[in-house]
Amino acid sequence: MSYFNELYQEVILDHNKRPRNFGELPEADCQAHGNNPLCGDRLTVYLKLDGKTVTDVRFKGAGCAISTASASIMTETLKGKTADEIEQLFRKFHAMVTGRTESSADTANLGKLAVFEGVSGYPVRVKCATLPWHTMLAALHHSDDTVSTE
Amino acid sequence: MLRGIKDMTATNVARGAERVSTWFDVDKVRRDFPILKQQIRGNPLVYLDNAATSQKPQAVIDAITHFYATDNANIHRGVHLLSQRATAAYEEAREKLQRFINARESRETIFVRSTTEAVNLVARCYGARHVGDGDEIIISAMEHHSNIVPWQMLCEEKGARLRIIPITDKGELILDEYERLLGPRTRFVSIVHLSNVLGTINPVKEVIRLAHERGVPVFVDGAQAAAHLRVDVQDLDCDFYAFSGHKLYGPTGIGVLYGKARLLEKMPPYQGGGDMISTVTFEKTKYNVLPYKYEAGTPNIAGAVGLGAAVDYVESLGLETVIHYEAEVLSYLIKTLSAVPGLKLIGTANNKASVQSFSMEGIHPHDIGTIVDEQGVAIRTGHHCAQPLMDFYQVPATARASLAFYNTFEEVDVLIAALHKVIEVFK
Repeated sequence: MSYFNELYQEVILDHNKRPRNFGELPEADCQAHGNNPLCGDRLTVYLKLDGKTVTDVRFKGAGCAISTASASIMTETLKGKTADEIEQLFRKFHAMVTGRTESSADTANLGKLAVFEGVSGYPVRVKCATLPWHTMLAALHHSDDTVSTE
Repeated sequence: MLRGIKDMTATNVARGAERVSTWFDVDKVRRDFPILKQQIRGNPLVYLDNAATSQKPQAVIDAITHFYATDNANIHRGVHLLSQRATAAYEEAREKLQRFINARESRETIFVRSTTEAVNLVARCYGARHVGDGDEIIISAMEHHSNIVPWQMLCEEKGARLRIIPITDKGELILDEYERLLGPRTRFVSIVHLSNVLGTINPVKEVIRLAHERGVPVFVDGAQAAAHLRVDVQDLDCDFYAFSGHKLYGPTGIGVLYGKARLLEKMPPYQGGGDMISTVTFEKTKYNVLPYKYEAGTPNIAGAVGLGAAVDYVESLGLETVIHYEAEVLSYLIKTLSAVPGLKLIGTANNKASVQSFSMEGIHPHDIGTIVDEQGVAIRTGHHCAQPLMDFYQVPATARASLAFYNTFEEVDVLIAALHKVIEVFK
């Protein structure tokens, strides 16, 4: 199988076409903006928290298929997780998309996020996959700054 | 105009109605470019990113190798033979470039690193002396960031104002608006010759004429134009003209700034250092004459030699010949792109060269770029260092195919097939 097929998997194409949890979250406790000046990808991530647990998450914006699908699948993954669990998950996700996983244990428990494994074959597309995560983490940490991948 | 066409061997036989170039031996030309022979991800390389940088013919690679293998020494100083040979090679390259753009004198042809450096040099050395509080500098809506930012920096410093010539939806300058912008406070005009995003050939001769009627000097950004148009700086009557070697089949890190001698002579140096001085004491330095006043430090000698070889190579094919061939392939590219469902052309000026940008409905340019790369096709996706232009067309980015004379009609077909693959993936 070529990298091409690994990159644009059905799940990714589906989430790009019909992104889940898309739109504003009026009752959000925090939000952050992210942009990738190189591609022109822009998104906003909204979080609703109960203590340190994410109870709801939505996003809006425009970007390439990889960043849109990454944001969509991320929102499906986060609900019910604590800030610490999310940080841990992102470390694993980041290691996977940058091709720095050493064993299958590293990618265990990534669930649906594993569809982004093919991104590691395209170093220039890593930022597309990680932008929603960096933006979400900025919101989680109540950072008002705009996140930029550059 | 098309010199030598009749003599050419007809090997590129037309296979489709539009593919009529029976007079340009593109297969022979392609053999001069070693990089084109390779496979990308299992497919033959189709290089359509010439507006970013062009590929280098063997003649250029050989000239650089030969210089380092046989003539390398520092220039303008050693009494030894090697230094004399290096100096001769460097100055010979300058004369080639002077002839290439038809500058009156070789001292008006200054070697710089790039077009970007040339814009900065003119903004600093001319602009900073002539632009003051409340003055105005005119550029256009289709400028590359490098012909925006240096002027913006100057305006901020001086309290001057940047005025923008608007463009039509097709991507053509609105000259009436330009005439209205030219006013008593206009101190400078800086304009791109051939747009790197739209492929528009601007009527720079007219832009210059209108500015000169009001005594305003003009800089022309020729980064894209030098490889795809015949540039005659005397005919244009531009005050400054600049281009980079690497888009003209030469090496990176070398470019040319042309300036009228009477302007360059009055301007202060850009950088201080070796070669730009005639005498130095701790009290006073006397600057060297043109062009050396603007070439401080050891220059990119091998780069200049390589660029000279590039110009020789292009002229051996005949610049007018390759321009004519590129125009045929471009019109085929535009015609075939137009037939791709959901594809929108960006930049549809009547007078165009080399470049065609486009977007595809519901598909981000980066996804287009990645998928066509899988088929071996190299195109550029992104904002092309022209974010204000992206805002004008209300797109975050575009995909762009840009041609050189070594591209073929068949390569256009490969791109079109790859775009159909993109549609298939995203259907």
